[in-house]
Amino acid sequence: METLVQEVMTKKKEAHVSQKLNVTGAEALILSLLAEGVDSIFGYPGGAIMPVYDALYDYQEQLKHYLVRHEQGAIHAAQGYARVQGRAGVALATSGPGATNLITGIADAMIDSTPVVCITGQVFRHLLGSDAFQEVDVISVSLPITKWNFQVTKAEEIPAAIAKAFYIAQSGRPGPVLIDITKNAQNERFDFEYQKCTKIRSYFPRRKVDANAIDAAVELINSAKKPFMLVGQGVTLSKAEEELKAFAEKSGIPVASTLLGLSAFSTKHPLYVGYLGMHGNYGPNIKTNECDVLIAVGMRFDDRVTGDLKSYAKQAKVIHVEIDPAEIDKNVKTTVAVVADAKEALVALTEKIEKKSYPEWLQEFADADRLEYEKVISKDFAPNTEKIKMAEVIKMLSDKTQGTSIIVTDVGQHQMTTTRYYQFTEKDSNITSGGAGTMGFCLPAAIGAKVGRPDRQVVAIIGDGGFQMTMQELGVIMQYGIAVKVIILNNNFLGMVRQWQQMFFDNRYSSVDMHNPDFIKLAEAFGIKAQKVEKREDLGSALDTMLDSPEAYFLEICVEKETNVFPMVPAGAGVGGIRLE
Amino acid sequence: MENKRFTISVFTENTIGLLHRVTTVFTRRKINIESLTVSETETQGVSRFTIVVNGAEDKVLQVSKQIEKQVEVLKCFFYEDEQVVYQELALYKMPTKAFARSEAVEDIIRESNARVLAIEPEFIVIEKTGREHETQALFEKLKPFGILSFVRSGRVAIAKPMKRLQTHLEELESISLFE
Ligand SMILES: Cc1ncc(C[n+]2csc(CCOP(=O)(O)OP(=O)(O)O)c2C)c(N)n1
Repeated sequence: METLVQEVMTKKKEAHVSQKLNVTGAEALILSLLAEGVDSIFGYPGGAIMPVYDALYDYQEQLKHYLVRHEQGAIHAAQGYARVQGRAGVALATSGPGATNLITGIADAMIDSTPVVCITGQVFRHLLGSDAFQEVDVISVSLPITKWNFQVTKAEEIPAAIAKAFYIAQSGRPGPVLIDITKNAQNERFDFEYQKCTKIRSYFPRRKVDANAIDAAVELINSAKKPFMLVGQGVTLSKAEEELKAFAEKSGIPVASTLLGLSAFSTKHPLYVGYLGMHGNYGPNIKTNECDVLIAVGMRFDDRVTGDLKSYAKQAKVIHVEIDPAEIDKNVKTTVAVVADAKEALVALTEKIEKKSYPEWLQEFADADRLEYEKVISKDFAPNTEKIKMAEVIKMLSDKTQGTSIIVTDVGQHQMTTTRYYQFTEKDSNITSGGAGTMGFCLPAAIGAKVGRPDRQVVAIIGDGGFQMTMQELGVIMQYGIAVKVIILNNNFLGMVRQWQQMFFDNRYSSVDMHNPDFIKLAEAFGIKAQKVEKREDLGSALDTMLDSPEAYFLEICVEKETNVFPMVPAGAGVGGIRLE
Repeated sequence: MENKRFTISVFTENTIGLLHRVTTVFTRRKINIESLTVSETETQGVSRFTIVVNGAEDKVLQVSKQIEKQVEVLKCFFYEDEQVVYQELALYKMPTKAFARSEAVEDIIRESNARVLAIEPEFIVIEKTGREHETQALFEKLKPFGILSFVRSGRVAIAKPMKRLQTHLEELESISLFE
């Protein structure tokens, strides 16, 4: 046990160590962020974080700070940034209300495994617990929704806390961490030295691939008649897109994606059979209950994917490739668990499986697709409605961008329509709030995504309801000239809730009718070029103008008010109970 | 799956806030903690939480994985009663005059292997270690003489398996990657 005690939390690395004598805690924080390679942060100042803002003033060249309009915008922007960059985004806020305004985004990042580092100011150490001005116990408040959090009350603690924060946020199954720094710690001076954290004795983020588990999985895969693979965001997080493709092509196994798994596997690949879940495709949902071996990679069997567990894939042997041991057997009992990083596991599996193909089994998916096309998709794409349908917009956008844009969605019908019909062909392109379903996520997340990937087209697709939850962030687009393309799919309803009220509450439309402001004037007030589209014949040119614009562009597209998203697995039903109409 | 009593041993870093992190794993899932005891272990800086719950084994397994997932938790084990040696402690505050009136109380203390911990002019404190049903039995026996106050500690338990924490951690370390 002695060795355990002596082991230090951070191992000295040969890599250069950042050092500076006699700096304030606030400056040490900035230096720590720079040592972690951070170049952009999203935040909002206030009393308890002012020393940090003062220090930022001297580092404007190296560390770009984006002043959001509400702290929720900061955390969602950091999430969008993290999702396109594959490393932690950073959000900065003051104590009390500043910190609590981050909470929704922290919860969102927790359930969607997004690496973010939140830094909050806190009252002076001697005032802790005294109900001081803007004192909120943000450590307790954020505790169940952070992977780790820590309160710093002395300047010397800052480098190690930040090093741990980045290490924990980004390693294993990623997640949000929060560092709360009392004001005295920001002011105190000390000699700064930074070492990256590479190990914590109580933390085992990742397992080596277990050869026995691989062998057991390979045996199941090689003898399967109707194998089926489900991929989730774990593939994206482990940057295993190529390895997934290699596995799929050698195994010949059809691939379906969860909501957050979209863009990890090209939707145009011949083995891609669709999107899972409540509003997913017909084929992958019903085939889940017909396959003999189900291979789940980097996904967590969320209830929006499985529907009623009692009738979910009961006939199948389940192989679960998952980095987080706590996910194994949580919802679905596995036959073989491979607790490992998706990339390493896929490489090991690909090496050992036989090359195969399943033409008849794939044909079954194609038949299901044809049925869905007849009953749903054909009507969505060539509607007989006077007004534009959401699906047409997405289809056209997908065709025009050839599925290569970063698509950021909010929550609701437009989200389900977009994720159904945008044909992602490039990785790191799908940003949406999955596990939490946070309305208001889209606009700030799109801003963060564009900051993270200025070289790519970033399109935000938002409902008229969700837009009004965080629309003030148009100010960030204005102030920093962020070239995000914003599409509001305006149905003058809280569409998804209205759909449920129509289907399950006897058409009683309760508080879903939206009286909206003039969105075009609103966008223009922020200096953003804007256009309203009401007629089908104007849609193509409007999308072209938007896509070709070198700066931000805002499109309000007035869509059919009462369209429902189908297929649908009604809440509480099994995947086999998916409805096409 | 039927409910059983489980003793969960959690080995953690001795950090502020961890108690809260560990207990929310239970409260979130509406699992009632029957008792909880925290103490330092034989290793400096490592704390042990001993938590007793009533639950189905698969649920307890899930909970223990969720606990182990917490960054500052070293390792979490759970045991059925047969796999641990365990003990609790109870204190009984009795009016001194209950002793003066008869020798019955004295006999009860002797028979129950309890002992007198403190004697004050107005009250006497009796201590009994044992399992819950034993301390409860003494409670029932003393009750007619007027118990002023009663308190029972959480369970403390030592696992029977000989494998040490250190060995478990070394094993975990050998199958893990850190970067
Ligand atoms: C913060 C938050 N509040 C409430 C909800 C519940 N909710 C889910 S979808 C939805 C309607 C969304 O309407 P809108 O943004 O107009 O998009 P649409 O469904 O019409 O495309 C609501 C209210 C939510 N997901 N998030």
